[in-house]
Amino acid sequence: MKLRQGQFSFLPDLTDDDIRVQAQYAIDNGWAVSVEYTDDPHPRNTYWEMWGHPMFDNRDAAAVVFEVNECRKEHGGKYIRVIAFDASPGWESMRMGFIVNRPAQEPGFRLVRQEGAGRVVRYTIESYAAREPEGARYA
Amino acid sequence: MSKDTGPAPVTHVDLTASFEESGVRDVLRELDEALIGLAPVKSRIRETAALLLVDKARQQMGLATGTPTLHMSFTGNPGTGKTTVALKMADLLHRLGYVRKGHLVTVTRDDLVGQYIGHTAPKTKEVLKKAMGGVLFLDEAYYLYRPENERDYGQEAIEILLQVMENNRDDLVVILAGYPDRMDRFFASNPGFRSRIAHHIEFPDYSDAELLQISETMLAQQSYALDPQARAAMAEYITTRRAQPHFANARSVRNALDRARLRQANRLFNEAKGPIDAATLSTITEADIRASRVFRGGLDVERGPQRTAAA
Amino acid sequence: MNDMSETMSKTIGDAKKRYAAGVLKYAQMGYWEPDYEPKDTDVIALFRITPQDGVDAVEAAAAVAGESSTATWTVVWTDRLTACDKYRAKAYWVDPVPNSPGEYFAYIAYDLDLFEGGSIANLTASIIGNVFGFKPLKALRLEDMRLPVAYVKTFQGPATGIVVERERLNCYGRPLLGATVKPKLGLSGRNYGRVVYEALKGGLDFTKDDENINSQPFMHWRDRFLYCMEAVNRASAATGEVKGTYLNVTAGTMEEMYERANFARELGSVIVMIDLVIGYTAIQSMAKWARANDMILHLHRAGHSTYTRQRSHGVSFRVIAKWMRLAGVDHLHAGTVVGKLEGDPAATKGYYDIFREERNPMALENGIFFDQEWASLNKMMPVASGGIHAGQMHQLLTYLGEDVVLQFGGGTAGHPGGRDREPRGARGDGLRPQRRTRHLERGRGHPARRGPDLHAAEAGAGCLEGRDFRLRLDRLARLRPDARSVDVTRSGACGARTRPAP
Repeated sequence: MKLRQGQFSFLPDLTDDDIRVQAQYAIDNGWAVSVEYTDDPHPRNTYWEMWGHPMFDNRDAAAVVFEVNECRKEHGGKYIRVIAFDASPGWESMRMGFIVNRPAQEPGFRLVRQEGAGRVVRYTIESYAAREPEGARYA
Repeated sequence: MSKDTGPAPVTHVDLTASFEESGVRDVLRELDEALIGLAPVKSRIRETAALLLVDKARQQMGLATGTPTLHMSFTGNPGTGKTTVALKMADLLHRLGYVRKGHLVTVTRDDLVGQYIGHTAPKTKEVLKKAMGGVLFLDEAYYLYRPENERDYGQEAIEILLQVMENNRDDLVVILAGYPDRMDRFFASNPGFRSRIAHHIEFPDYSDAELLQISETMLAQQSYALDPQARAAMAEYITTRRAQPHFANARSVRNALDRARLRQANRLFNEAKGPIDAATLSTITEADIRASRVFRGGLDVERGPQRTAAA
Repeated sequence: MNDMSETMSKTIGDAKKRYAAGVLKYAQMGYWEPDYEPKDTDVIALFRITPQDGVDAVEAAAAVAGESSTATWTVVWTDRLTACDKYRAKAYWVDPVPNSPGEYFAYIAYDLDLFEGGSIANLTASIIGNVFGFKPLKALRLEDMRLPVAYVKTFQGPATGIVVERERLNCYGRPLLGATVKPKLGLSGRNYGRVVYEALKGGLDFTKDDENINSQPFMHWRDRFLYCMEAVNRASAATGEVKGTYLNVTAGTMEEMYERANFARELGSVIVMIDLVIGYTAIQSMAKWARANDMILHLHRAGHSTYTRQRSHGVSFRVIAKWMRLAGVDHLHAGTVVGKLEGDPAATKGYYDIFREERNPMALENGIFFDQEWASLNKMMPVASGGIHAGQMHQLLTYLGEDVVLQFGGGTAGHPGGRDREPRGARGDGLRPQRRTRHLERGRGHPARRGPDLHAAEAGAGCLEGRDFRLRLDRLARLRPDARSVDVTRSGACGARTRPAP
């Protein structure tokens, strides 16, 4: 199973140069780029761990690639994403988000069904990996 | 530099054309105009520019691969034009396509080294990230290295710096600057830096005549001028000042002129009986120069060496 | 034009003459005020009027002002019990439409107090109420409206908005992709859910009920909801993404719609859908419901062409778009430029701006006649659907930008490689908006004609499937009209008797 969240997840994995080009686009738009990682890839897991603060003052995207690689050194077995934040009025939200690192094995999600009254079913999606405690989820 | 701009194979290059197109000529001309003297520096930069241009051509023909090492050291006494040249160098590297943005980030030890454990690495990385795409100018680099203190955090900054200088050669160029003798000792005890620096540029002291010319240029930029007696006094000032401690070449001249302007203003204010003309307002006289304590062998009015940018 | 027929159109203020028995011209009743300076709080409407032969344009404009505000066919003495000067709409400018003999633009200002706050029904009852059947006019079209901030602020606005919709979907920086389940009618709930599952698993963010899928004999609405949500959740587990399907809750009564919407919520859907034909009040009610229930509200503009299509009569879509942003829907179809339905790029840009911008400066080339402030009302997500496919990604991004839902309906189900191929093509190709946008900013012309650029090549590679598909589809379409949905319709076309066996 391949996690398909965000941009570019149907393309081959991005190279560092691909990441740099995308991050530079964000920087040139005045967005702050940051790096986040997680071992809980649930689609509604909004808050991935922050790898440092958003980079508000970096003009060149090499800084982003640098941090991605720093993050990989420590969290290479987890999901890492690059996001771009736009602080302008009317947005004040993310404008880009794409995965730049994945665990070697992605076991995917289990769909749990709870049968209710009539034919109503309540669904829960649960990452197989997230059944292990935090930090022990991916080899 | 980046893979996606790889051009089609090239069989011939026109160096003159690429010299023109890249705008390197303009930078060199600006350098000539902005800086008086410094002939050896200018010729070293010319050589460096030529080398980089040829390297670029060789890369296009597939004769060379990868980014050449571009890190540099600028050695010279304070006030010999190192920062100004570094600015031009950043511009030059940008136009030649060796750095993407061409900005200059000037720092000293205090910007890299933290106060407590765990503080230095993020601080150094933050600075390096800001410099990416441009040039990092580390003034008085030897302050990073304090062998007398084993636990000095400077060592941590040095390690990160070396790592980034090696791994991120595409992303930034580092220029280490400082006094010649201390830089020599620094390189001797830090072979890691020595081996990563490809270009050493020495900035000689200015001659007395050059400094006098510099002082006149500085004044002209602010619409001031020396009258003939003042010029003679200034020449004498320069010779005298050089013999005294903490002499800082062009920076000493700038400081002297700043004080002369102060005295001139004070003098005009006290003497003025009626309206005064533009010529009077813009003329520095002998008295404005001679009042300096330098002529009385006094030094306490001079500031000590500044640790920030070399002017 | 504006000083034409001055004597004819001078307001008769003298009470004795004015309220004497008989018929006055509308212009004389005070509905024509060429010197009027519209207030910041006025609602302004721009009509295209085509007077009957022999009817003066100014009189026609005054008549429209009158009929859409206080007037009746004669002056009544009971006017004098009101501050009638204030309540009279004022036609203040009339201009011939360039290159259209007999047609005029008439600008009419309405005092804010003529309208009930927060009610599209009340606004439209005045502006397009009686006046469109008015005898002295051959045709009448409402081209644009300026809604004052004071009035905009009385509306809820889009229940969710683009920003929060993206946050809920956890998806940024690329167009959202959708598809309408085809065939429109005839699939059973179980087969319908199969289409939803395959398309979502293949990479779409949304699938969509068509406008006329409600609760028919072949598929009861509860069946559809149950199977669709099974499909949505399966697809979500298969991809790790938030997925949705626009469950159409359109029904005969509000009570029925609420029941369906509540069931959709109970099943965990992120989005529900309504049709324009349910009416403005029902739309506003559903928008209120959607905000109270954390639901994205998709509006299908079913029926709009009955009044938006004619050039000289009806209501422009840009006005409908403004009303819908006030009314509070999150998604609204807005044309594709390149697809099977009509729409020129300039006018479409105007619609998209109305959906997505914080303020619309006057842009006549895009059909925006007034500066319009949106006063921080949420942005609406435009939906592009109708005959588009992944092979057009470059063009679609050029014209529509990235805050849009691209709906490849037939294009998904009809892909020769299977329903999940087209989305893959689209997401392989479309997800490089950055490169494209940069090319646009540099003004290097059409991004589809980019030079040798590895990224373009790479992106193009992701799209090969799509291109391939387009060629085949064109060929197929010529042979068989129903070819667009080969996979699913094979038996669907025969109705409920032989349903496909997925």
